[in-house]
Amino acid sequence: MNAMSSQLQPEMHAAVQPKTKKSLNRMKRSDWFWAYLMIAPTLIGLSVFYLWPIVQTIYLSFTKWGGFGKYKWAGLHNYELLLKDPYLWIALKNTLIYTVIAVPVGIAISIFIAVLLNQKIKGITIYRTLYFLPVVTMAAAVAMVWRWLYNADYGLINYLLGLIGIEGPRWISDPAIALYAVIIVAVWSSIGYNMVIFLAGLQGIPRSYYEAAEIDGAGPVRMFFKITLPLLTPSIFFVSITSLIGAFQVFDLIYLMLGSKMGNPATEQTQTMAYLFFTNGFESGNGGYAAAVAVVLLVMILIVTAIQMKLQKKWVHYD
Amino acid sequence: MKKLVSIAMAALLVAVAGCSGGGQSSAPAGTTGSTASGEKVTLTYALWDKNQLPAMEEMAKKFNEKNPNVDIKIELTPNKQYWTKMEAAATGGTLPDIFWINGPRIIKYAANDMLLPLSDQIKADSIDLNNYPKALVDLYTYDGQNYALPKDFDTIGLWYNKKLFDDAKVPYPDETWDWNKLKEVAKQLTDEKKGVWGIAAPPYGQDGFYNTIYQSGGYIISEDRKTSGYDKPETIEGLKFWTDLINEKASPTAAQLSETEATQLFESGKIAMMYNGSWMASAFNKNEYTKDKVDVTYLPKGKENTSVIHGLGNVISANTKHPKEAWEFVKFLGSKEGAEILAKSGAAIPAFNGTQDTWLQSIPNFNLKIFIDQATLAKPYPISKDTAKWAKLETELMTKAWAGQMSVEDASKELAQKMNEMLSQE
Repeated sequence: MNAMSSQLQPEMHAAVQPKTKKSLNRMKRSDWFWAYLMIAPTLIGLSVFYLWPIVQTIYLSFTKWGGFGKYKWAGLHNYELLLKDPYLWIALKNTLIYTVIAVPVGIAISIFIAVLLNQKIKGITIYRTLYFLPVVTMAAAVAMVWRWLYNADYGLINYLLGLIGIEGPRWISDPAIALYAVIIVAVWSSIGYNMVIFLAGLQGIPRSYYEAAEIDGAGPVRMFFKITLPLLTPSIFFVSITSLIGAFQVFDLIYLMLGSKMGNPATEQTQTMAYLFFTNGFESGNGGYAAAVAVVLLVMILIVTAIQMKLQKKWVHYD
Repeated sequence: MKKLVSIAMAALLVAVAGCSGGGQSSAPAGTTGSTASGEKVTLTYALWDKNQLPAMEEMAKKFNEKNPNVDIKIELTPNKQYWTKMEAAATGGTLPDIFWINGPRIIKYAANDMLLPLSDQIKADSIDLNNYPKALVDLYTYDGQNYALPKDFDTIGLWYNKKLFDDAKVPYPDETWDWNKLKEVAKQLTDEKKGVWGIAAPPYGQDGFYNTIYQSGGYIISEDRKTSGYDKPETIEGLKFWTDLINEKASPTAAQLSETEATQLFESGKIAMMYNGSWMASAFNKNEYTKDKVDVTYLPKGKENTSVIHGLGNVISANTKHPKEAWEFVKFLGSKEGAEILAKSGAAIPAFNGTQDTWLQSIPNFNLKIFIDQATLAKPYPISKDTAKWAKLETELMTKAWAGQMSVEDASKELAQKMNEMLSQE
């Protein structure tokens, strides 16, 4: 908006020079009008599909849900129930474990692969495509394929482990392992997306820095930690915020891989916040309670994002 | 300027209308004066089973031939999203005119005034409800009112793999079998080296422990739908039937069955016997492996010779604009003529007594008659007003018992206690 008005205004000044200050205001007002009209579709979309549902969710979290949208005010009842719910603590724990492992590991691997794919090697585009493929694949398809790979009795992974004499675990039905099995898939499927952002960041680093470092006698490891990593921090910051929010909301992989109605002994011990929200809201028709779960999740994400925003001044370098 | 704004507003309106329109676009056609003669009326009919779609389309066509002023528009929604969609439609007041319903949902929809009560129409058109299995008519009666005309039903049978029986030189199961005989043969047929099990014992209700609970004299929910039967020793006995099979290694473990479904194991010759519904007949008939290697027989008897029956019904939305035409269509769907069309397709057992023979002939490979015989002895599928709430808990706790994380007694008693709490709030 600023850029547009500052570009347009000099010309307009010229055209309407003899006019008074009052008409200038009118000009300005018309600029504002157009600017808001231009962003109106997005604004309306945001308010209708994001802001209003958030307000509604917060309101509904204080209600008791009856059938078909009938609800009555229940005050803090849902939150009291939530504090007593053993599943809340399981879900919180799992969400945190998932986030703490999946995000850093995913970022580290993506940076590593992005640096590799930033070299001049033969068939580079093929490699890049291969690493990006999981991103364009639907989560449902990814989950179904991995379900088969992980199958303890007939799956490929345990078959291969068997060839070298290792008896593979029950990946997706052992409560002690299932969450980590999901994390592996999550990391695998997030690499492509992160990698592309890191590649863009890497391409933005001027070659001259490396040439200068080379003259000073720095090796590739030193160059990576002294040049590449600091200059990549804006990309790392962006990726860490988006993947943290994504990790807090993890649902599809867990729901599809561990199944909810199959009678999987691992499901209960592997549920996350979003999963808790889904089963309460859509499977047992407990709308008010599910809204309370969503509000807790929203608050968690807000806090973590705020901390990240604060901390970024310490480690993100923009030039 | 004004013109531009009005264009923008108009564009926005179109966008908003486009979002909410969806599958309902034809509903408002000819809405004025619903019963006016000769006026075109379009009714929407929602269902979830793709296998039954051709039969339903044919019924709609036949109905349209007789009632040229009524068009039926069928909306197919996959089972997984069906109830989420209906719930949203009911909340927003846009339910289809006619739709399929099942046992677990009926009271919730009826008690919240979402459905048109049908008793008066049934009386006025003197429809004989004795044409349908009694358990089904009862299932769709709430507060003394009929809310649905039964459409089809399903019962459970003991499916078995003839080849595995032949290989082990064991005679096929028959109506003389009881629980002990089943256990004995299941153990006999299990061959760990080959990865073959005598039976599959997944923690499923309708095609599993509901049947054995009834057979041992227990119950899931009391007749007045006020208390749970899960703390009764008979109920626990019915559950133990299954966990014993796992503990004695005649069945894969709960973990194994959660990774590879029992049906998949059965279809690849890894399982000699399994409890499964009449709805599997057409799938087993189309499967290259199972079509000539498997058959079905009566469930082995417990203390009582019974099983569970469930079936679907056609209901009319309470706020339909054309109640008269909708009733005519539901009446046709529930009629003998409608049932014959469904029977010929083989996709489901029609509820109308006497038309089931046609269904039997649709798949001659299997001894399908047992499903109809079992219907006469069967008990209705257990439901309450908010079935979904305790059904979820049931799955959770039974999974724990099956996986050995909890004893069957503890899981069952905890379920009874929590279920009673939920029922008292309904």
